[in-house]
Amino acid sequence: MSGLSLRRLRAMLVKESWQILRDPSTMLIAFVLPVILLLIFGYALNLDTGRTRIGLSLQDGGEAAASLAGDFRHSPWFSVVEVGDVPHLKDDLVAGTIRGIVVIPQDFSRMAARGGGDIQVITDGSLPNNAAFIAAYAEGVRQSWTAARAGHPASPPPLSLTLRYWFNPGSVSRFFLVPGAIAIVMTMIGSLLTALVLAREWERGTMEAILATPLGMGELLLTKVVPYYGLGLGATALCTLVSLLLFGVPFRGSVLALFLIASCYLFCALGQGLMISALARSQYVASQIALLAAFLPSLLLSGFIYEIASAPRWVQWITLIVPARYLIPSLQTVFLAGDDWGQFLPDMGKMLLFGAVFFLVTRWRMRRRVA
Amino acid sequence: MMRWLAFLTRCRAMIVKEMWAVLRDPRARIILIAPPIMQLVLFASAATLEVRNVDIGVLDLDHGPAAHEVLGQMAGSPNIRVLVPLASYEALARAIDRRQVLCAVILPEGLSRDVAARHPASAGAVCDGRRSNSAQIMGGYLSQIVGQAGLALRGVEARAGGQNGLPGGQSTVRHMFNPNLDFLLFVLPALVATVASISALSVAGQSVARERELGSFDQLMVAPLRLSEILIGKMAPPLIVGLVNATLYLLVITMLFGEPLRGSLISYYLATFFFLTANIGLGMTVSSLAQTQQQAFLGIFLVAVPVNLLSGFAAPVDNMPLALRIIAQADPQKHMVVLMEGLFLKAMPMMAVLANVWPLMAISAVTLTVSTLLFRSRME
Repeated sequence: MSGLSLRRLRAMLVKESWQILRDPSTMLIAFVLPVILLLIFGYALNLDTGRTRIGLSLQDGGEAAASLAGDFRHSPWFSVVEVGDVPHLKDDLVAGTIRGIVVIPQDFSRMAARGGGDIQVITDGSLPNNAAFIAAYAEGVRQSWTAARAGHPASPPPLSLTLRYWFNPGSVSRFFLVPGAIAIVMTMIGSLLTALVLAREWERGTMEAILATPLGMGELLLTKVVPYYGLGLGATALCTLVSLLLFGVPFRGSVLALFLIASCYLFCALGQGLMISALARSQYVASQIALLAAFLPSLLLSGFIYEIASAPRWVQWITLIVPARYLIPSLQTVFLAGDDWGQFLPDMGKMLLFGAVFFLVTRWRMRRRVA
Repeated sequence: MMRWLAFLTRCRAMIVKEMWAVLRDPRARIILIAPPIMQLVLFASAATLEVRNVDIGVLDLDHGPAAHEVLGQMAGSPNIRVLVPLASYEALARAIDRRQVLCAVILPEGLSRDVAARHPASAGAVCDGRRSNSAQIMGGYLSQIVGQAGLALRGVEARAGGQNGLPGGQSTVRHMFNPNLDFLLFVLPALVATVASISALSVAGQSVARERELGSFDQLMVAPLRLSEILIGKMAPPLIVGLVNATLYLLVITMLFGEPLRGSLISYYLATFFFLTANIGLGMTVSSLAQTQQQAFLGIFLVAVPVNLLSGFAAPVDNMPLALRIIAQADPQKHMVVLMEGLFLKAMPMMAVLANVWPLMAISAVTLTVSTLLFRSRME
């Protein structure tokens, strides 16, 4: 096999790019999926709880009880959809039509007149976050009712905490979801798509045909990878534009930094895709491995939604070999904080290292296959 | 009678052929069973919205009894792993920038003096808004810790159940179905829906597309089989694999995680059956539209991601805007999450189960009809 020939390389690149552009499914993944993801992340994944449906059990006929019940009805946190006795409301809790029950017990008005007045809150613990929210906000409604009744605002606690969120003062969840969406899209294109395409070549036997051409192994890998690299960058640019224009996500870093970070990750993801295809050789197996080894970890084990430090130790060890783990912090920083090369460079180095290992394994596997 | 017998024989032949196509490759056999179980175990362990073991910075400019009390309370918190002492505001900014700490607490000069003088005193905290989700949760913990330290300094013991120990009543809280609000108990049932859906969609998605890619679709058309028989054969592998896997999930959850199935076994399989048929319908629809296996896989993916994200697992459906709440009603996974939470945690009775199963039946009927029509149009 002769050395690198630019003419040959160009011809192969044109062929591969055409193949991509001709297939509508590739275009769907590169340009429709990112928009769907961003829309869902922007509008559907609202981690900030809104009005929660609750049931109210008013067991006291007094004026005080009615007044507190009125406060619950008018609270911006709750919408009282059901009023009745506790056993009845518990059935609704099981059916999931309400998420909590506030019980104003029999002697509430009498106790309230003496400055007391307890209530009971029953929540649906099957949704732990909602349950904690209901408990805290129901107590909040009761406290402000008590304070208003006593004619003076609740005395301030002796010591309080003033919280500030840097980089995202309003704690808008959209802002932190966008880097995650970009990571998912790049993983899809880099790993899943590449794995499928090459597995198909193996499945159909066209890989052997290409290997029989004077193309070198390095050139072959290059021509397979470069078009997808371009596609990945295009999808990243689309995600960035949509999130800036539609969702007003800030972009405080430089385009150069984003480009370099995305390139390093794509190098790694493409290497992973090639490796999976070389190991699997069938499209079905390749797609399932890519899903399990690339896509789901980039969503669940990358620290994008769930805090890595909070997971059990053995899971933390596994996250060390999830490339997206080194991508998410840099993406979050380049969008929300600005350029911080002291953080970018080590993470970029790790992504390149992973990529290099993946490419080497692929080369070695393919040599053995052909021999 | 004879006609029925012939129908059953042909169906059996078709099912055997389809099962064979799926199970032939030894790697594919492993892929059908092992990953779903791995996903269940690994992701159940990873997916927690609690924030534990994180490092928190402290900039102590007070050095008085109030600072001592706050630091003592923080050191005792299970959510904090290490308290990192910070010397200056610059050090604090660097620690946040470089993600050494998630939040940093600032105890200003004169804090102890204000507390001793019974002025309302305030400490500060800075959190890393890039990780806004964890930061908000941690911010909540820190507010609670500082508030408690304040009460302790005043010599007021925080009352059980009460928020700040002030007199004048309290609320008694009971969390039904999950008294300690263990996040794992929520994640496990929801993951059954996610994992089962991915598995059924992937298997059903390749059904028609592979025949077309390999060219055997033409053979199928000229085979002496009716459309219904072909479709029953195509539905069999994802359904059988799905039911076997559902049994394994049940074993893993009850044996490994010690979480019992509180609802009835019949309800569990009823829900799983119709959830699988709904997903198979979706998968076969995509498969009939696709020209190649690659298109089928990518199409499945395009369907699976929104189906998963709108299911209420990642964020409650209640919080979504009205339009998306309506769309979510057509999402089989949304109903399955309700059913699984209900069956594992709430001992959901049969009537409530049926109320959530019928939407699955309706979705199955629609998706299976659409895929049949598409399949037929492909045959002509």
